Amino acid sequence: MSASAQAPEFHTSRFEDAVNWARKYSLFQYPFVTACCGMEFMAVAGPRYDIARFGAEFPRFSPRQADLLIVVGTVTERQAPVLRRIWEQMTEPKWVVAFGVCASSGGFYQNYSVVPGIDHVVPVDVYIPGCPPRPEAVLDGLIMLQERIQRGEGHSQRALVVESQAEARGPALRAGLPVVR
Amino acid sequence: MSRFALDRLCARLPDAVLETHDFRGDETAVVRRASIKDVMRFLRDDPEVCCEMLTDLTCVDYLGRDPRFEVVYHLHSLSKRHRLRVKAGVPESDPTIDTVTDLWATAGWLEREVWDFYGVRFSGHPDLRRILMYEEFVGHPLRKDYPVDKRQPLFRRPDLEPNLGQWKNDGT
Repeated sequence: MSASAQAPEFHTSRFEDAVNWARKYSLFQYPFVTACCGMEFMAVAGPRYDIARFGAEFPRFSPRQADLLIVVGTVTERQAPVLRRIWEQMTEPKWVVAFGVCASSGGFYQNYSVVPGIDHVVPVDVYIPGCPPRPEAVLDGLIMLQERIQRGEGHSQRALVVESQAEARGPALRAGLPVVR
Repeated sequence: MSRFALDRLCARLPDAVLETHDFRGDETAVVRRASIKDVMRFLRDDPEVCCEMLTDLTCVDYLGRDPRFEVVYHLHSLSKRHRLRVKAGVPESDPTIDTVTDLWATAGWLEREVWDFYGVRFSGHPDLRRILMYEEFVGHPLRKDYPVDKRQPLFRRPDLEPNLGQWKNDGT
């Protein structure tokens, strides 16, 4: 422990790596399924493509028990506050995946009722294009998310780092780093 | 198919009917807006016509024409096995027409939908609120002059809204 007292940064960093390694292989997903992309989501979750191989097989239907929000399908303006509220109910650290073009950008909808991308409502970590995306694309997106988690680049991870460091070293560090609430 | 129904309607309410036509067996009556309630009641209650069922009630926006809107009723007779279409023009300056909720209860939601999307008011409707859009929405999005890509984001700030459990659209 005396070594860690001399070089706290080094040990903190390694500890983060270990925690992030554990986090990326135990994602508890909350599937927010609204449209036809749900069929591909089921294919990914089923045995043929088997998202369980990546440690993300267990859907939780309470946002309080989940740390990965997968928005699968079109989100309307009227639904947007509900999505936002579900995201707020999840405990940190949490990640968001936009599954398909409708969740990513509104897709082919350009009208009065559809949100042009869920990033108008919640911060998104990984966008998976496709209408709907192939299961391979979803797994590729999940691997990308795991790499981001390992690097500590998720939106809420950065916010957590900022919070803890700001507490320890004062508010000066906070400027310039993104804070997600 | 139901030509006889149009004939009976014209004989009974000659002043109400502006025009009748049919296209490959689909009969249509265009009627005066003020007489819509009488026409619909006759078509429902007449023992020969006997349209018990209101299949659909919708609206068309003919932008640039007068009257601009056309409320369309689709009727179906389960006992006599025929269908009938009734149309009534509604001007933009006074977009109102009598409700038929007292004849068919299902008209309640259909008329709310027409009000929501086209802004046609149904006088006498017991609860004329928006049905699919949110209350804060301004305008009527299926009107032809509503911008196709106009957005009206519905954001609620929980820090500014202390009572999170109550949503306006819950009917509270």
